[in-house]
Amino acid sequence: MSRTLLLQGNQAVVEGAVAAGVRFYGGYPITPSTEIAEQLALRLPQVGGKFMQTEDEIAGLGTAIGASMAGLKSMTATSGPGFSLKQEMLGLACIAEIPVVIVDVQRVGPATGQPTSPAQGEVMMSRWGTHGDHWVIVVSPSSVPESFELTIRAVNLSEKYRVPVIMLMDEVIGHMREKIVLPDDYQGIEAASRKTPSCKPEEYLAYAADKEDLVPAMAPFGSGYRWHVTGLVHDETGFPKGTPAGTVESLNRLHDKIYNHLDDIVTFENYRMDDAEFAVIAFGGAARSAYAAVNLARQEGLKVGLFRPITIWPFPEKQVQEIAGRINGILVHELNYGQYVLEVGRVVAGACPVSLYGKYDNESATPQELLAEIKKAMKK
Amino acid sequence: MTHNFRFSGTGGQGLITAGIILAEAAILDGKEAVQSQSYGPEARGGSSKAEVIVSDETIYFGRVTCPDVLLVMSQEAADKYSGDTNEHSIIVTDTLFVKDVPGRCGERVDLPITHAAVEACGKTLFANIVAVGAITALTGCVSDEAIEKAVLARVPKGTEEANKKALQTGIALVKNR
Repeated sequence: MSRTLLLQGNQAVVEGAVAAGVRFYGGYPITPSTEIAEQLALRLPQVGGKFMQTEDEIAGLGTAIGASMAGLKSMTATSGPGFSLKQEMLGLACIAEIPVVIVDVQRVGPATGQPTSPAQGEVMMSRWGTHGDHWVIVVSPSSVPESFELTIRAVNLSEKYRVPVIMLMDEVIGHMREKIVLPDDYQGIEAASRKTPSCKPEEYLAYAADKEDLVPAMAPFGSGYRWHVTGLVHDETGFPKGTPAGTVESLNRLHDKIYNHLDDIVTFENYRMDDAEFAVIAFGGAARSAYAAVNLARQEGLKVGLFRPITIWPFPEKQVQEIAGRINGILVHELNYGQYVLEVGRVVAGACPVSLYGKYDNESATPQELLAEIKKAMKK
Repeated sequence: MTHNFRFSGTGGQGLITAGIILAEAAILDGKEAVQSQSYGPEARGGSSKAEVIVSDETIYFGRVTCPDVLLVMSQEAADKYSGDTNEHSIIVTDTLFVKDVPGRCGERVDLPITHAAVEACGKTLFANIVAVGAITALTGCVSDEAIEKAVLARVPKGTEEANKKALQTGIALVKNR
């Protein structure tokens, strides 16, 4: 049986988290993500989980990392100012390989910016925000139903690859209410869990990875398996070695465990792309304008399609190269001064012209505004 | 068929709640609906708007670019949010707060929304439900059963009867004008 509801994107994230088996949330409420904290405070105790409102943003992710180390699927949510504060902890989760989901509902920045207005200013920050070479997965939903599905997927990916997964939302989708059909119970939902060690506790090497997927088994704290967690570069024992070869081996594995599995990780949507001669690339809330603009263009006989990355990092490199080889041009539409377009340009590498329609005035682009930009770009 | 609604006024008048109720009623009727809003960082005061799109088809862009129905419940909102109406738009005003609406319209409906809320239910805070009743009666975009069910599902316990009365008051304002 199922329920048909009118929910906000933020509320759909909450249901997705519960469905995926998240049982700990630590965070500090911030617009436009507050509904996630507010509703999880209600929902988690109902399913035997714990909700903790922390003293600040840093502790929000800190507690989620701690709860994950103790064996619970964990998450936090925030917006730009809080995402800035969380970067140090994010780096720890990367190097210590702690599964955790961080939802960032973007608003206008920098700093306090415009709390209630939409933007997509953290595209590059979500990829590169914490210092040092590191690799994360970033997904971005474009609808309320997709906010539910993608939260489940974010949790599953973080568990499977032992990596922080960032759910990069924006105010458009976080606050929008639309129809969603939810199952009455979440028993049938496919939920991945981190692998746990099968060896004896005294034989456990916390960071000895399986050859096949390069992901080490993770023992929950308190289970009798002892391991050392550190932000220092470490070898398979969990302790720092400090040798050049050890650092290379360690970082290569953190990279390869993600980038050897791109076919599993990278998802995207092609909308009216089959016979397209020109493509719009947009994701998250900006894609809502793009679907409508593509339909307007089609009504005028223009063969325009939309390529919508759902996994925005790692970048869908293979897919964008394939598209660039068969069309006359690409327009990247994003709610910022131009971030994703830099990566699109790098990957397309001159195979077709790449233009930008960056919007950074507190408002979504209307389909008509985007259509006008498509026409301009098609003339290039 | 697609209906584009914009409810605007001052933060605290309950216009976002009104938008949610209309969207929920549309879903109860089996239609597609998207509701969005725009407001400032203030908890109360400041201009606020809620938008609802009701359609039989998939709704891609979730914001309203030309309202079929614009409700204005403050003069500031009338000035700020009527710039993109056209000659087919219906503009509904609350006569207590609004004198001039600069935007174009096909029909202007001036109703004593807040006054009627006080008269029927004793409090100005029922004005949003009176407005929902009026707009439902004006457009017929959702069924009477669905709108009543949606109102009752959203309002605080113990206020059901007063809200039903507010809804009927709004419907009567339009029918008896």
